[in-house]
Amino acid sequence: MTARTKVMKKPLRTLGDQSYLVELVKGLGLTLKHFFKGTQQMVANSYANPAEDPFAEGIATLEYPEVKRAYPERWRGVHRLTHREDGSPRCVACLCCSTACPAQCIYIKPAEYPAGDKRRGYERFPEEFVIDELRCIFCGYCVEACPCDAIRMDTGMHMTALDNRASFIFDKEKLMSIPSQHGEFKSENPRHEPGDPSHPGIDRLRGH
Amino acid sequence: MLFWVQALVKVGIIVGILAQVGAILLWVERKQSAMMQDRMGPNRAFIPLFGRKIRAAGLIHSIADGIKMVWKEDWRPPKADKWLYAAAPIISIVPPLCLFAVIPFGPTLHLNHLREMYQASWTAEAGARVVPLQIADLDVGILFIFAVAGAGVIGAALAGWSSDNKFSLLGGLRAASQMVSYEVAMGLSLVGAFMVYQSPRIGEMVDWQVDHVWGIFAQPLAFVLFATAAIAETKRVPFDVPEGESEVVAGYFTEYSGLKFGMFAAGELVEVCTAGAILTTVFLGGWHMPFLTQRGVEVMISAGRALDPEVVSAFVAQHGDKMVGFDAAAELAQQHAVTARDLLTHCGSSFAHLGTSFVWHWPHWAVVAVGAGNFLLKVLLLVFLQLQIRWTLPRFRYDQIMKLGWRVLLPAALVNVLATGTILLFLQAGRA
Repeated sequence: MTARTKVMKKPLRTLGDQSYLVELVKGLGLTLKHFFKGTQQMVANSYANPAEDPFAEGIATLEYPEVKRAYPERWRGVHRLTHREDGSPRCVACLCCSTACPAQCIYIKPAEYPAGDKRRGYERFPEEFVIDELRCIFCGYCVEACPCDAIRMDTGMHMTALDNRASFIFDKEKLMSIPSQHGEFKSENPRHEPGDPSHPGIDRLRGH
Repeated sequence: MLFWVQALVKVGIIVGILAQVGAILLWVERKQSAMMQDRMGPNRAFIPLFGRKIRAAGLIHSIADGIKMVWKEDWRPPKADKWLYAAAPIISIVPPLCLFAVIPFGPTLHLNHLREMYQASWTAEAGARVVPLQIADLDVGILFIFAVAGAGVIGAALAGWSSDNKFSLLGGLRAASQMVSYEVAMGLSLVGAFMVYQSPRIGEMVDWQVDHVWGIFAQPLAFVLFATAAIAETKRVPFDVPEGESEVVAGYFTEYSGLKFGMFAAGELVEVCTAGAILTTVFLGGWHMPFLTQRGVEVMISAGRALDPEVVSAFVAQHGDKMVGFDAAAELAQQHAVTARDLLTHCGSSFAHLGTSFVWHWPHWAVVAVGAGNFLLKVLLLVFLQLQIRWTLPRFRYDQIMKLGWRVLLPAALVNVLATGTILLFLQAGRA
């Protein structure tokens, strides 16, 4: 079988292309069109927000610190520790997150609740909970690993530039002071305290 | 005495304006390119004033840049030639500033007759206090422009050589070869214009255009050639191989920093302004605007013709300097078979509407002011156009630049000279 060849006609340069002047005027026309559109928008101070309408004509600048592009709902930002009803951390110091962490940036010092506390024997609490945000690679494994929905990355904040290394070591108080994107400190998931009728696990009073 | 005073005042005005050109064109360039590229452009720098932020649409950035350049370290390569390295930026900024010395930026000002309508006889008056709005009306005129513009290349070449840097040297050589090439086309493209204007004096060139037609219509090819060569002389995109950053870092000013670099940058922008001013003067009629004459606005559909002096004296005797009524003037014009323009010109009437012509005479000072404004407007328009071209076109390759200069512009300029000469010869033969 012989290969069939289609002979393409070489696109010839017309006299207009060759003289360059015609094309120059065309190019100037295009840039002038954009210039007048942009100037009109700047003088009228009305131009589309590219975060909302990325295909709008004219100026496409996002004035960053004042106007921000919203992050997606599941975007992984700086960590926060969610609160219980009483304002203590939801964390039960199970060490799942620090175990899962590939960057080994989480340090947890677990502690027992004092005698008489009804949570004693069921859960522990983190006496210290430290994340080195400089080490963190924002993979989100800690959030995946957490059985209590205690650590989340739904703050919508990216790591701020700080001026010394010590400021990047976020302790428990710091982590608990960061709200979610929607300004909440709690988690949407209900928390079942030991002793509550809804508590799903093994219960000392109700038995197995 | 008056000569020196007026010269100093004119130099002061010109230098005062040009000193701002660097800062303002920097802003224009940034803002214009931003608008063309759908960006906002500079708008962050501000001056805090009474708790408000004065941003001035980004003009503060030019001030910030100035402050930055003054305080930057003025570093010199250890093996650089100390004196030439320091002299190069000065040599490259002085010629474009000097060029403005021969550019007329308005019609001649007659201090004795500021409130009167212009009369051609003023120039011949004894004790006339005349101020030409031009620092120096040299006999060599346009040749001075070529000579000084050509000197600009010395700055670039010296900067390249004295920096002790191979990239600088390459940039300097590129600048030198490019400017020498385009100097040739630039000079020859204007020869046709001299032939038409019949004078190298720049003031007379403008006068010719005021009396006849703008140079761009008399010499359209020369305008295109000269504009191209003038843009090439400014060493900016699309002709910026001397500083092509993807090839020779920053070309001849690679090693410069601080105010020395600022002088190169400002010199480039002043050159843009100078190119605009020369184009305006030689091809766009200088201060002239259509229908604006030394006497004011005159729109004439019918051509004027020379008047019989007896008719004039009869007319003046009848009407004096009073406003001429439509009927009286039109009737008289018809009676003596002359046009209304001639009548009005000779009787000194200040405003009249006659048949197909519209005449609105201004006092002398107003004509001069509007003329100077016109000149500024045209220069600004040309600067705008140059910046638009600079942000529209990509950089030419080095061989393309040489080809354009030697194989397109130069032959076209020669053809223009030949064609202009032939036409002028035929016109003269027809007249004789």
